[in-house]
Amino acid sequence: MPDRPLEQNCAITGIGQSAIGRRLGIDPLELTLDACLAAVDDAGLALSDIDGVSTYPGMMSAPRGFSGAGAVDVIDALRITADWHDSGAETSGQLGSVIKACLAVGAGLADHVLCFRSVWEGTAQGTAGRASVGMGGGGSGFYASGFMQWTLPFGAASASCWIAQYAQAHMHRYGTTPEQLAQIALNARRNAALNPNAIYRDPMTMDDYFASRMITTPFHLFDCDAPCDGATAFIVSRRELAADLGGTPVFVEAVGTAMRDRPSWDQIHDLTRTVGADAADQMWGRTSLTPADVDVAELYDGFSFLTMLWLEALGLCPMGGSGPFVEGGHRIARDGPLPLNTHGGQLSGGRLHGYGFLHEACVQLRGEGGERQVDSQPRVAAVAAGGGNTCGCMLVSTLQ
Amino acid sequence: MMADAPFRILPELTDSNRHFWQGGRDGRLVFLRCQQCGYYLHPPTPVCPVDRSKDIAPEAVSGRATVTSFTVNHHQWIPGFDPPYVIGLVSIIEQPEVRLTTNIVHCEPDEVVIGMDVRVVFEHHEDPHGDIWLPLFEPAAAPGDTRA
Repeated sequence: MPDRPLEQNCAITGIGQSAIGRRLGIDPLELTLDACLAAVDDAGLALSDIDGVSTYPGMMSAPRGFSGAGAVDVIDALRITADWHDSGAETSGQLGSVIKACLAVGAGLADHVLCFRSVWEGTAQGTAGRASVGMGGGGSGFYASGFMQWTLPFGAASASCWIAQYAQAHMHRYGTTPEQLAQIALNARRNAALNPNAIYRDPMTMDDYFASRMITTPFHLFDCDAPCDGATAFIVSRRELAADLGGTPVFVEAVGTAMRDRPSWDQIHDLTRTVGADAADQMWGRTSLTPADVDVAELYDGFSFLTMLWLEALGLCPMGGSGPFVEGGHRIARDGPLPLNTHGGQLSGGRLHGYGFLHEACVQLRGEGGERQVDSQPRVAAVAAGGGNTCGCMLVSTLQ
Repeated sequence: MMADAPFRILPELTDSNRHFWQGGRDGRLVFLRCQQCGYYLHPPTPVCPVDRSKDIAPEAVSGRATVTSFTVNHHQWIPGFDPPYVIGLVSIIEQPEVRLTTNIVHCEPDEVVIGMDVRVVFEHHEDPHGDIWLPLFEPAAAPGDTRA
């Protein structure tokens, strides 16, 4: 490893989001550009300063709504002169695209990289209610291929069916309870109530949670994130350029990309320790900071249980100990020792697919959380996205 | 399709997976196996990941497995394939790291537990592109069972 990890040459100098809603009916490229222009403006830059573009997953064959725009769509729409651009889904989760931007900046390929993630799954689902976004198929004449051939014939059509089995295994091995799992969803809803951009803001009790319909044991409806329309963007800048921009830079302290287990949803070695633990171990090896330094945690909750896995992976609680850690919800509350998913996560804030967590980390570190701002003046945030076989994490801070 | 079989989305048959999806014709659960080191390859792949040998051939296993995890699915994902049903992840006894996502059948959902012994049972689906035999798993000690 170099003396100074490349990502430490970077700062997030701008953040931006489009409108966020269940079904906005807005052209996904327009949503994307709204977020991108907001981030450029927030950074105090002009479009002519942007010399790189990075996104996840880019233009790929994917379920409708999963990708709002490719890198080249944005480059062309904004007439960006790009010295570097990149996209793709074969990376360290959604944050992989931001991490790659850090590497490009650290390597001197670009000075200010525009990163974005854009989804329109809410509109893509049409009026069929809160349906799942399937990963392919259905109907006569359709055959399952690739990975889905191993799951779809058995009705395991969604990631919920795969990750529920991780949760069941965790409950079996460590005694984790459904009430403990519920705390992730309840905490998210409490925080979303204070976030004007969140999807679900009405109060939710433990009874409400258990009364929601079962999707696949142990996941109730409110253990599953809420598909929505929305885009999020960041500007990753060369660190020494950040000071002149006038805003509060959020420095990239360390990143984690490791994926040492099989890249599979069902062949991974240990269902109770997904590959996020590899990324987290690597991340902590690239910084002098430790889990005790984390002031706020913004951890992926595509399904509630994934947040518990990330708490363990990042060493914020003992391995296997996430159940007792979140018991009662006090430790993870906004006024607790480890405020968690302070914007409502994807469960209540909307499935912005990974980027929402980094956005909220920047908001909190900049002290711009408004009603939901944690009082303890956080300086270090742990951010994680993905779960199962694609994961990445970042440690960001305002420490000089 | 068997008269009592539900609608299923079937796998697309290819030269690399035919042994698996059609092995049930003869009641056999078949995986590719490295003929040099004995490692079972799943999903199918042309080179053994252990010794990089290309000397690979389909071989039947016993069909016995244990339940590594499971979930009782209540959501209707696929029109015509009605919940509730048990999705299980089973590990074959010959090489437990080989796992199959499957359905646990011939028992009540609340009878399924992690660690239980199961055995393969095939569900035959006729299809113009080639018949499919889906490997499902049932409790190894089914009540009233008289089979060996």
